[in-house]
Amino acid sequence: MSRIASSNRDVALSGLRRRWLPIVSILLAGLLHLVPIVFQGAYLPDFAFLVLVSWRLLRPEMWTASMALPLGLYNDLVAGHPLGESMALWTILFLLFDLLDTRVSWRDYWMDWLFASLAILFYTSADWLVARAMGSSAHISTMGPQMLVSVFAFPLVARFVLVLDRWRLSR
Amino acid sequence: MAPPSNRRPGFSRRAQYGLFLGYVVALGGVLFAAMLLVVAIIDPTGFNALKGAALDATSPISAGGRSVVRFFSDIGGSVSNYFDAASQNGELKKKLAENEKKLLQAKATDFENARLRRMLFDSAHRFAILSAGSGSGVRPGQPVRSAEGLIGRVLETGRFASRILMVTDGASNVPVRMLRDGTPAIATGRGDGYIDLKTLEVGKNPFRRGDILVTSGTGGIYPPGIPVAVVISVQRDSTLARPTADPARIDFALVQAIYQPAATAQPDETPGQSATPIDSPPPATAP
Repeated sequence: MSRIASSNRDVALSGLRRRWLPIVSILLAGLLHLVPIVFQGAYLPDFAFLVLVSWRLLRPEMWTASMALPLGLYNDLVAGHPLGESMALWTILFLLFDLLDTRVSWRDYWMDWLFASLAILFYTSADWLVARAMGSSAHISTMGPQMLVSVFAFPLVARFVLVLDRWRLSR
Repeated sequence: MAPPSNRRPGFSRRAQYGLFLGYVVALGGVLFAAMLLVVAIIDPTGFNALKGAALDATSPISAGGRSVVRFFSDIGGSVSNYFDAASQNGELKKKLAENEKKLLQAKATDFENARLRRMLFDSAHRFAILSAGSGSGVRPGQPVRSAEGLIGRVLETGRFASRILMVTDGASNVPVRMLRDGTPAIATGRGDGYIDLKTLEVGKNPFRRGDILVTSGTGGIYPPGIPVAVVISVQRDSTLARPTADPARIDFALVQAIYQPAATAQPDETPGQSATPIDSPPPATAP
């Protein structure tokens, strides 16, 4: 593959890819909700959320907190959450990540995993609280398997996002 | 590489204001979203138009592939059956199946056939998506059943698709009665695929393992006589049941009219409503 762009069209295409690939990957991950898989228990992680957190931890400079708002709206509509849930939670999380960036300057893989796990804990329990407020009587322990699966799925998703990022920045 | 210790974008006033504005927008957005959420909690059907449109827009994505999923869930079922085999009584199962079939005296004219296309996994909720919407006469609140038993009730409708709250969802309460002796109870979802049974009797637990629960018709939403659950374990003060309709194997679902249309004013059946005596069925359309 040539490293020199041969035409203006190639330049425009790679520019588009560079800018939109993170967003598109999150939107596509949200569509995973629609794959007809039946699980009576809550086992499967919220993939859009995992991909979002991976991108945010990988490329902090790319995101502003307000970008989480439309993405959250999309997730609410596609996944059938009560409207505003992901909007509020994801934006709060992005603000917290902004705060984190100013406090923790040296980060490695394990710390990213720790922060992602805390984010998953926050998101899942808030989701449970909202369901509770809407009249659900499900016990918090029903969220346990999903939380665990999400925490252990995060490294895989982060790996995948890393591959996407290399492709995004390749010429 | 260490990220910069602050996010101050240098000395450009314009860039600084831009950053500040970004935070204002984000915080305002959080407040706005929280308000939306409060509205959604108070009035769950309030955004039906918007959510219905989203349902419609996403319905073609999972239109196919149901048979593939069914194949895999059948494999899952046989594997788990294999592990359960030691604790399961084959004859009892056969008897139960016969009993369940006897219950199904469905009047075909009342039913509308609809295909249950996809089940939605959601972290705290047990939803299913039906590929029939308001265009085919599906309305929020209507009960949904399969040949094997009750699946749930319609929560939101789009034009071509609708979202169903399954009986295993934590927010689902179904008034039921035990088939053996008519003991009334409330079947509440647990959110993990099983159902909790709460009876009004104090002291002795009236249930036995293998008891079948059918809808009692109390509350006016679900017509009486639809199988809901089979008791699988009995503790002193809690009873666990498994839904008779296994959503992994359902291809078709029936959407029924609300049993007593007056009940639409209160789509959420409360325990208080179902506390009325089961022996006196609702007057309008007794079976």
